[in-house]
Amino acid sequence: MNSPKPVDGGDELNLYESRKTVHNQRIDGPFRRFKWFVMLVTLGIYYVTPWLRWDRGPYAPDQAVLIDLANRRFYMFGIEIWPHEFYFVAGLLIMAGIGLFLVTSAVGRAWCGYACPQTVWTDLFQHVDRFVDGDRNARIRLDKAPWGPAKVARRGFKWSIYLVISLITGGAWILYFADAPTLFRDFFTLQADPVAYATVGILTATTFVFGGFMREQVCVYMCPWPRIQTAMLDEKSLIVTYKDWRGEKRGSVKKAAKNPDEFGDCIDCNQCVAVCPTGIDIREGQQIGCITCALCIDACDRVMKEVGRPRGLIDYATLEACDAEAEGAPPQPAWKALLRPRTIAYTLIWASIGGAMLFALGVRSHTDLSVSPDRNPPFMLLSDGSVRNAYTLKLRNMESRPRDMEIALSGLPGAMMWTDTIGPDNAARTQIVAVPADATKTVRAYVKASSGTAAQDFSFILTSQDEQRESDEAPTRFTAGEEGQ
Amino acid sequence: MMADKPSDGKRIDDPTGTELVGHEWDGIEELNTPLPRWWLWTFYLTIIWSAVYVVLYPAWPLIEKGTEGVLGWSSRGDLIDEMGAADAARQTFREQLAAIDVDKLRDNPDLLQQALAGGQAAFKVNCTQCHGSGAAGNQKLGYPNLNDDDWIWGGDLDAIHYTIAHGIRQDEDNGLRQGVMPAFDGAFDAAQLDAVTDHVLSLSKKAQSNAIGAQLYADNCVACHGASGEGDRAQGAPRLDDAIWLRGGSRAEIKAQILNPKMGAMPGWEERLDPATVKMLTAYVHSLGGGEQTVANTADDPVTEPEVDGDEQP
Ligand code: SF4
Ligand code: SF4
Repeated sequence: MNSPKPVDGGDELNLYESRKTVHNQRIDGPFRRFKWFVMLVTLGIYYVTPWLRWDRGPYAPDQAVLIDLANRRFYMFGIEIWPHEFYFVAGLLIMAGIGLFLVTSAVGRAWCGYACPQTVWTDLFQHVDRFVDGDRNARIRLDKAPWGPAKVARRGFKWSIYLVISLITGGAWILYFADAPTLFRDFFTLQADPVAYATVGILTATTFVFGGFMREQVCVYMCPWPRIQTAMLDEKSLIVTYKDWRGEKRGSVKKAAKNPDEFGDCIDCNQCVAVCPTGIDIREGQQIGCITCALCIDACDRVMKEVGRPRGLIDYATLEACDAEAEGAPPQPAWKALLRPRTIAYTLIWASIGGAMLFALGVRSHTDLSVSPDRNPPFMLLSDGSVRNAYTLKLRNMESRPRDMEIALSGLPGAMMWTDTIGPDNAARTQIVAVPADATKTVRAYVKASSGTAAQDFSFILTSQDEQRESDEAPTRFTAGEEGQ
Repeated sequence: MMADKPSDGKRIDDPTGTELVGHEWDGIEELNTPLPRWWLWTFYLTIIWSAVYVVLYPAWPLIEKGTEGVLGWSSRGDLIDEMGAADAARQTFREQLAAIDVDKLRDNPDLLQQALAGGQAAFKVNCTQCHGSGAAGNQKLGYPNLNDDDWIWGGDLDAIHYTIAHGIRQDEDNGLRQGVMPAFDGAFDAAQLDAVTDHVLSLSKKAQSNAIGAQLYADNCVACHGASGEGDRAQGAPRLDDAIWLRGGSRAEIKAQILNPKMGAMPGWEERLDPATVKMLTAYVHSLGGGEQTVANTADDPVTEPEVDGDEQP
């Protein structure tokens, strides 16, 4: 370890640091264009989705994607998820997690660089900066300029654009939770629920602050992900790397021309730093601030082209390939890093969960029965000596039309049943109950067996009275005691 | 290891390029990684926030009680407000319930549902002590089971309502639901007691009848319990021909009941609960599984005796 060297400066230690504003420069290149594309797609999905319609008939909402908290339903195009099917949501979350592992092990922090909402909105706000204030140099100049009417006006204009974007962002969020056109109208006529205004207010504020001002600080100081990341990357993952064996020692074109043996390919033009949205210098090596957006690759490739050197001084590469290349091996094609046991294993796990969920979706029944026997009292002796048990049945009709359902006893010979509305006079082995569209109906059922019937297991069977004749069986138990009363 | 220690300025750690704070333990030196300034502001803000909070809200415990805060807010006050609001919300329901006849409740599913929920809650508070939380009663103590289909004073909505309102064997009440069974201690000798017990058991096919028992029954019991033991709800005389025994159906239990009948009592709830709650209780008890249809033809006794339900019985 080298000895610490004294530096000039005051006596005070600098315990708190103000942020150094990042003025990233415009750049064009394949990665930048891909970033545009991802931004358009993700923002498009986010803002447009709530407005899509989906006809579900007269008994269900017509919004394609709707999280209906009040009625506890989640609609997604042709799929309707009930609370008891929450495992689908859990499955999606697990898939999202494994998907993140997969992407990270294959292409490092590509999620951070392209698709993370913080990145997408930060990028959007940086374009606003560029649109209002101009590119990097103009912005630096404006930042340094003293406050005057012109600067106030400019900042006011820029911040109001921030605010409008933030408001649309917060506004779009609530549209996922209610009928979008109705809520939209109610929102502006001040008739929406206070929760809607509060949600929009909070999301507008966070978008404004995080996207407009905090930016890379969210990634560096607040986000846990870059820290977890380390555990998921290895020397075979693609990451953005500066090939120092090729670049060093840095020097201008002129110097290099004079002394080609001494200088590497990096001409120290700082373009890679200027374009970086988090303002870091990738040439210092892997660091937490790098979101792997590859804009520095675009920048350096362009510089290399100008000075007539091969591209890829900064490149997507694995650390392993970098080392090999430094030893003189030919560059490894990127796809090789994508296809390896680890990524294949993640893909298989991911796909099999997806497949299992699709299968479950395909075969799931829209008819469901659950039964809970009364425990207090567990059974009842009737005046004719027979024994009666009571059960609470939950009949689920998950179709968006009302259906008749047949409840039947399976087992328990000789027993009869009736419900609270049907009454004991109409006791029979089967009963028909109408269940409203897209609803759960709770029915109290009484089962009566003749005197001397022993305690035993039996089932209720629910069958929908339509073409499908979907059915569900709910096993339960009949309780009988000693000769009672 | 560290070298020179200049008195004046910052020192930089070479490999990392980071400033040192000057703390050292066993040759390991602490690097200075400054927090961002916004973080510092956030921290100050939380301090200001807590100061404001302490002033506005109850916060500081003192010896007797805590500071109250200038807003005058308290969680108890919150609760009272909420309960007031809930009560106000229930007001319409209570008014509707008070206005409706109890046997019309079934025609109004919404009201019925609320009544059942309210009835269940009221049952838990007022009735479970005797009838049990599942309303299954207690045979040893003679509290009737409210789930079964045997009703001593009648099991339709009106009868149940009347029983709950007036209670059973309440002296101060109007004389209804006062069913009394005389004690036969001393009236029968041992053989007669055996014979009449046999006859009672034979009514529900649990023993052979016999001539002596049948005669004794005809002389002493028929007036209330009926020739075939069918009981009489008007007097609250229980059926003897079914499988349900309020105080046990064993030979010994029946004998004990003949000799010295135990007769339960139930308070009239009209006095203690408001009419809406009594109706809710009625709906709930009726819904337990044994509720009977109201019989329309009660032409003979329009007002005075709307069959009492009850389960109380010697
Ligand atoms: S160093 Fe390069 S890849 Fe990393 S954030 Fe900056 S521009 Fe993006
Ligand atoms: S852009 Fe390329 S050449 Fe320019 S400083 Fe960065 S690494 Fe060196």
